[in-house]
Amino acid sequence: MTALPTRKLEAWRYADLKAVEALWPPPPARLISVSAAATDSQLLRIDEGGIHDVRVELAGGARLQLVVVITSPTYARVSIEAHLKAGADLDLGGVLLGDGSTTIELVTDVRHIEPEATSRQRVRMVLDEQATGNFLGRIAVARDAQLTDAAQSARALVLKRTATANLKPELEIFADDVKCAHGCTVGELDKAALFYLQSRGIPPAEAEALLAQAFVADALDGIADTALREALDAETRGWLERRT
Amino acid sequence: MLEITNLHATVGDREILKGLTLSVKAGEVAAIMGPNGAGKSTLAHVLAGREGYEVTQGSVSFDGQDLLALDPHERAAAGLFLGFQYPVEIPGVSNLLFLRTAMNAQRKLRGEPEISGADFMKRVREEAAVLGLDLEMLKRGVNVGFSGGEKKRNEAFQLGMLQPKFALLDETDSGLDIDALRIVSEGINRFRAPDRAVLLITHYQRLLDHVRPDVVHVLRAGRIIETGGPDLALRLEAEGYEGLAA
Repeated sequence: MTALPTRKLEAWRYADLKAVEALWPPPPARLISVSAAATDSQLLRIDEGGIHDVRVELAGGARLQLVVVITSPTYARVSIEAHLKAGADLDLGGVLLGDGSTTIELVTDVRHIEPEATSRQRVRMVLDEQATGNFLGRIAVARDAQLTDAAQSARALVLKRTATANLKPELEIFADDVKCAHGCTVGELDKAALFYLQSRGIPPAEAEALLAQAFVADALDGIADTALREALDAETRGWLERRT
Repeated sequence: MLEITNLHATVGDREILKGLTLSVKAGEVAAIMGPNGAGKSTLAHVLAGREGYEVTQGSVSFDGQDLLALDPHERAAAGLFLGFQYPVEIPGVSNLLFLRTAMNAQRKLRGEPEISGADFMKRVREEAAVLGLDLEMLKRGVNVGFSGGEKKRNEAFQLGMLQPKFALLDETDSGLDIDALRIVSEGINRFRAPDRAVLLITHYQRLLDHVRPDVVHVLRAGRIIETGGPDLALRLEAEGYEGLAA
């Protein structure tokens, strides 16, 4: 049994350790394995507290689209460790919606272990009230993993100044011919846009929901399955409107 | 329709409007002209209810209601429309979704039924055709990638769609080339009606060649210092604002 994590562990530094203690030990990691040249898509929908470890194994040329949506009102953590073999492709969309005083977090460790694999991570979080949202995103490129193309984009929208967002990108690159892009932003709703919407008759709460919805849409954009994308879109909208 | 009495307003610590009194009647097209820094845009923002513009004194009555007691979206539902000098870009929210949400929100507040999808699209096609706006463009994010002229045409489009009672148009002519100016002006002229009013805020006579005002007011240092007919605009164009007493 692994020991209870402490604040000293980088991957747990923003966690709600009291909640972690109550949930410890976590269930064993769930395995998502895609065989050579196969394609899969998976949705991880977390609407209640818990610690979820996921191990992703992509064989040569395998493709996976993984969408993680966290809306839990109590502490929830999704930690993904992905191993990408030659030419594999991982597309990860993450949506974290937090209100109340919840802490929700997504931790990724995308390991390019062989050449020419590609990975895209798009994470969008919307945080209200006293909620905390964390994203710790790591990309590791092994010495042999030449021509890796990895990208990570994480953006947080803080609806109230009492909410907290922690975004930490981490790149560890040992190969010399790779593309690794990353970007993180934390921001508030654009006041000018809010006023524009309101001046046309849209009430403030609805205007906020509309802008937040547009902000989140980015993370869901890559989803090829239209029905799934629309369902997630509707769910996000539902969450945003519920809080108004 | 609009009665502004002794309006004082501050932005931050600075008083910009210093006792502005102005009346616009139903059926009227009024123009406010004035030099830079006179308070023209501040007036527009105060009337629309923008955050950061504080009214310290005076009153504004709109159709018998206390306008200043209403939130911005309630002012819109009551029939006030602000055409922005700098329309905002909103990525991810399509023009059509935005407009339909706005129309239905206004209707809801007025206790009217929602517009049907078919009726909405019919109106969109009619208005877009008049203003020469591409339907594909309207499916994109609000004003995203629009040129200055297209943004102003989009404002005129929204004016046509929302059918307010009162159009407050802030520097609608800025950034427009001659053709766009003519198209936007036609949009404003089509809007004219006995039960509606227009207040044009402008620097120049140019717009007034296309939209003939009934009344011209001169705003300077936060107050209306002169009111006259259309010829006042011509005189200002010839002599400048310097000739008028502050």
